[in-house]
Amino acid sequence: MVNRNAEDDILLRVEGLKTYFFQRNAVLKAVDGVSFTVAQGEAVGLVGESGSGKTMTCLSLMRLVPQPGARIVEGEIWFKDENLLDITEHEMRAYRGHRMAIIMQDPQTSLNPVYSIGEQVAEPVRLHLKERGQQAMTRVLDALRAVRIPRPEQRLVQYPHQFSGGMRQRVVAAMGLTTQPELLIADEPTTSLDVTIQAQFLRLIRELQQESGTSVIWVTHDLGIVAQMCDRVNVMYAGRIVESGRVRQIYKEPQHPYTRALLDSVPLMGARRDKLYQIEGQPPDLRSIPQGCPFWPRCPEAMDKCKEQYPPRTSLGGQDFVHCWLTEEGR
Amino acid sequence: MLKYIGFRIFQALLGLWFIATLVFILSRSIGDPAEVFTARNSGVDAREIMAAKLGLDRPVHEQYLKFLGQLVRLDLGDSVSNGIPVTQILVERMPATFTLGLVALIFALALSLPLGVLGAVYRDSAIDWIAKVLAFLGQSMPPFWSGIMLIILFAVVWEMLPPAGKGGWQSYILPGFTLGWGVMAGMVRLVRSSMMDVLDSDYVAMARAKGLPEAVVIGKHALRNALLPVLTYSSLVLGAFMNGSVVVEQVFAWPGIGTSAVQSVVRRDFPVIQGVVIVFGSFFILINLFVDILYAVIDPRIKYTP
Ligand SMILES: Nc1ncnc2c1ncn2[C@@H]1O[C@H](COP(=O)(O)OP(=O)(O)O)[C@@H](O)[C@H]1O
Ligand code: SF4
Ligand SMILES: [Mg+2]
Repeated sequence: MVNRNAEDDILLRVEGLKTYFFQRNAVLKAVDGVSFTVAQGEAVGLVGESGSGKTMTCLSLMRLVPQPGARIVEGEIWFKDENLLDITEHEMRAYRGHRMAIIMQDPQTSLNPVYSIGEQVAEPVRLHLKERGQQAMTRVLDALRAVRIPRPEQRLVQYPHQFSGGMRQRVVAAMGLTTQPELLIADEPTTSLDVTIQAQFLRLIRELQQESGTSVIWVTHDLGIVAQMCDRVNVMYAGRIVESGRVRQIYKEPQHPYTRALLDSVPLMGARRDKLYQIEGQPPDLRSIPQGCPFWPRCPEAMDKCKEQYPPRTSLGGQDFVHCWLTEEGR
Repeated sequence: MLKYIGFRIFQALLGLWFIATLVFILSRSIGDPAEVFTARNSGVDAREIMAAKLGLDRPVHEQYLKFLGQLVRLDLGDSVSNGIPVTQILVERMPATFTLGLVALIFALALSLPLGVLGAVYRDSAIDWIAKVLAFLGQSMPPFWSGIMLIILFAVVWEMLPPAGKGGWQSYILPGFTLGWGVMAGMVRLVRSSMMDVLDSDYVAMARAKGLPEAVVIGKHALRNALLPVLTYSSLVLGAFMNGSVVVEQVFAWPGIGTSAVQSVVRRDFPVIQGVVIVFGSFFILINLFVDILYAVIDPRIKYTP
């Protein structure tokens, strides 16, 4: 059991979130009823194959889904005691960059090429903390120092193209963390970095998180990173969370066949990565998700029932749960 | 930055020299200039006198150096038809053409920037359609026709603006709009597509994720990036205006270089034609120089790589 006083401690509670793309003659259900919680100071993983709806979930949390095209159609996003889907756009802006920040996948494109690093990191400081001039600059320098950018005074006036990929990602992290947000969303921030730089960045974020007590949603398709970074993990498949649990528990006893398949595809830490197991078959087209459990066409243990009805949520104690007929029937 | 500008200026000078040389070679390869420059039925004597006057009895390299020397001193010879120095003709007429081009560019930008930006932000909205129709009309109507239609409407029917000639600021409106309208189409489309690309970019999403209001996201983070291709296009457009001015100046009886060009072609006034070519070519090079420097000021990525 989680030895936390559940309710008071919850920073973010997402309930039945649905975000759809409305296309010419189809509805693409990118996020289709996602529920999970993030406690204060907790690092929560969101894992799943590419296209399972992880990025759309993150963008939905910030209410920044692509316009026009996508819309949040249903759900609740409780940030402490405020439902972010009930407040105005103006009120929402006070959350973005202040109480919640995001680091995106590609450090090459997430900084504006025509403004200096100092200018871009200073923006949230001026906007949310209402600091100006020397005061704001001091804070920007502190943020750059915190993410271990060497010679920050000189780098302040430089432009993104003068930074390496790893350094850019640190700048983005500095940009997000300088206002001391309660929630940091990291959407596969290390995917495009090489292994050494990736390891450095992971360690840095882990340290900063533990120092500041910021909660983190860590998005990845790599369960190895989850093991290193997270306390809890949510496994996502076809726009839904199919299993949620504490990292150690899930590694030890994965319940969902998809989680098991994902774990099999990750070599044990330290093992050589030359035999990468691929999950058989293709993820479903989110415009026509099969009836029943969306995983059944690929599931080695699928039963007749799986093809007819989506398995209900089976609680595994505390915040942990799974959606699978095997577990549901087995009790 | 200074190194970059120095390099660009050097390039521009090289371009000017290239144009001058081209004009020199062309004017001597089209035929015997003495023949060309003299009236059709004049005798051998007149031709020889003309040849001596033009220095054509000297060796070619000497002619070339003399030509360049005169050019540096802005001496382009005299008009064959009325004996007035070509430089004087050009200096008198240049301001009218350049101000007209500038007014046309301002018209084109003033219309296409807001229309393109709004079209990208509110895709398929009413304003997006208005922009498309305006741009389509501008592109599909040749300027001599749209010019005449505008004269009929605004000068003859409604009597709001002068029909032709250069006078007060009102006289710039119709010819400036006619000249600018034709290029507006391409410009609106460029602004719109460039803005749409930028709006889909990660750094714009990032600007929103910082909590910046939409006006700042678009006006600060998106616009400056979206303008880069437009800037390049503007320099090409000014080149197109030089061609366009030949027609538009005729329609509006505008006393500019375009009019001189037409007159000098009709009168086979070769020195003036040469002068017009050199002025247009130099102008094009200077615009490019200016835009390149402006580009370096706006986009930090190109500052140090000439
Ligand atoms: N801008 C978009 N327009 C249309 N469909 C999109 C867009 N972005 C994402 N999608 C679709 O939404 C689904 C989920 O995408 P995403 O959240 O990016 O997945 P992930 O981050 O897990 O790789 C995918 O099927 C993808 O094709
Ligand atoms: S519900 Fe059925 S098909 Fe889905 S994962 Fe469980 S066993 Fe496999
Ligand atoms: Mg993604």
